[in-house]
Amino acid sequence: MAKVETGLKYAETHEWVKVEGEFAFIGISDYAQHELGDVVYVDLPSEGEYITKGEDFGAVESTKAASDLIAPVSGCVEEVNTALDDTPELLNEDPYANWMLKVKLADASELDSLMDAPAYEAFCK
Amino acid sequence: MENYKKTCLYDKHVALGAKMSPFGGFDMPIEYSTIKDEHMAVRTACGIFDVSHMGEIFVCGPDAGKFVNHIFTNDITDAPYGKIYYGIMCYPDGGSVDDLLVYKMKGDLYLLVVNAANIDKDDAWIREQAAGYDVVIDNKSDVYGQVAVQGPLAEEKVERLLGLAVKDLAFYTFKEIDVDGETIIASRTGYTGEDGFELYGSHAYINKVWDVLVGSGEVAPCGLGCRDTLRFEVALPLYGHELSPEISPLMAGLGMFVKLDKPEFIGKEALAEQKANGVKQKVVGIELHDKAIPRNGYPVEVDGKEIGVVTTGYHGLSVDKSICMALVDARYAALDTPVEIRIRKKTFPGTVVKKKFFNKSYKK
Repeated sequence: MAKVETGLKYAETHEWVKVEGEFAFIGISDYAQHELGDVVYVDLPSEGEYITKGEDFGAVESTKAASDLIAPVSGCVEEVNTALDDTPELLNEDPYANWMLKVKLADASELDSLMDAPAYEAFCK
Repeated sequence: MENYKKTCLYDKHVALGAKMSPFGGFDMPIEYSTIKDEHMAVRTACGIFDVSHMGEIFVCGPDAGKFVNHIFTNDITDAPYGKIYYGIMCYPDGGSVDDLLVYKMKGDLYLLVVNAANIDKDDAWIREQAAGYDVVIDNKSDVYGQVAVQGPLAEEKVERLLGLAVKDLAFYTFKEIDVDGETIIASRTGYTGEDGFELYGSHAYINKVWDVLVGSGEVAPCGLGCRDTLRFEVALPLYGHELSPEISPLMAGLGMFVKLDKPEFIGKEALAEQKANGVKQKVVGIELHDKAIPRNGYPVEVDGKEIGVVTTGYHGLSVDKSICMALVDARYAALDTPVEIRIRKKTFPGTVVKKKFFNKSYKK
């Protein structure tokens, strides 16, 4: 059974958001990494790029397939987790500890459309 | 998934918790554990694949040998009982109908093993071409189950666990064995670049083989995911990717299976012309300098101009690199040619390399 971490917000496209003040960390859920299988490459935007809620901002590639990453919120990329360049398998090992992007939230009200942990858990069933 | 066919081993896959996905009209297992683990099991030990989706079409009759030679690029003239030939059925323009194995059975009987996705198309094509030949065509795809037992330990597992005497089989030969009141076919063939066997029998027998080998804990159940990564690494073509109605066997680099010295076969004139004047497009290997993964359908570019398309690509499992096969304009097919592959919004530089990324270890 895929783990759902409490305290996070989730998108239907299986990205999670962790809010810290005016910033948000973005990653993919345990369900997503499990569905993907062995992650071999993560394609992420660069610092300073703007991501738009609902649009793809990169991709996660497993042996099987490439899966687009859809921005759960809009904002400017403050920081990219470069550890994923050389060790993309971190997403399989612990998808909640290994965030992908830190963004400066453009519109905090966008968070309202995301699911909380219990709702996401029900969504994955 | 109601519209997809199920193989005779479908319930076993579900019971093992396999990830299932449609392939060639069947609901097939993609992986049981992970593609990587299953890939390595076949490279280092032994794995079993359900390949019951493959088609078995028998051709029999006084003209059978002549007819099969007419529709097949390889030469089966004077084929002895027990020998297997790989080749292609071509359209008159040299494009590929399918790639297949021909088993020379007893007397005037030939078994054609074709790709699952092409069974209906091939059956119709073969019947169309048979006008004027004294042959009977019998599609037994639904009758036969098939498994592939592959890997360096395959011989030992098949001998000891199944009690089948296969040690003396040479590469690309088969024998018929009476077991459990039926006659099964065991051949030293496969699609992984490793030593191994393919077994054809009734659904009941194939289920028994599966239970014995998987139940022993010594043979890993392997899905179509690693079947693709294994065949790709050793540059074996997959119909619909490296061969198609638009991709002739010569474009795919399969000239050794096209016997232009045969008196005649469908596509001969077109293929002879391609050989004489050179093909316009070629299937090549490309190695990327970055880790982004080239996938089927991604454009190959030189100086911003599209010169080809990726046919199969992966992050290599035996070689830790992003690699692919691609169909490119023949002018850019030379080794070491710099190219770029468009992956999503960016392009990534790479180099044309030999398409065999990993060496086969067949037992010949």
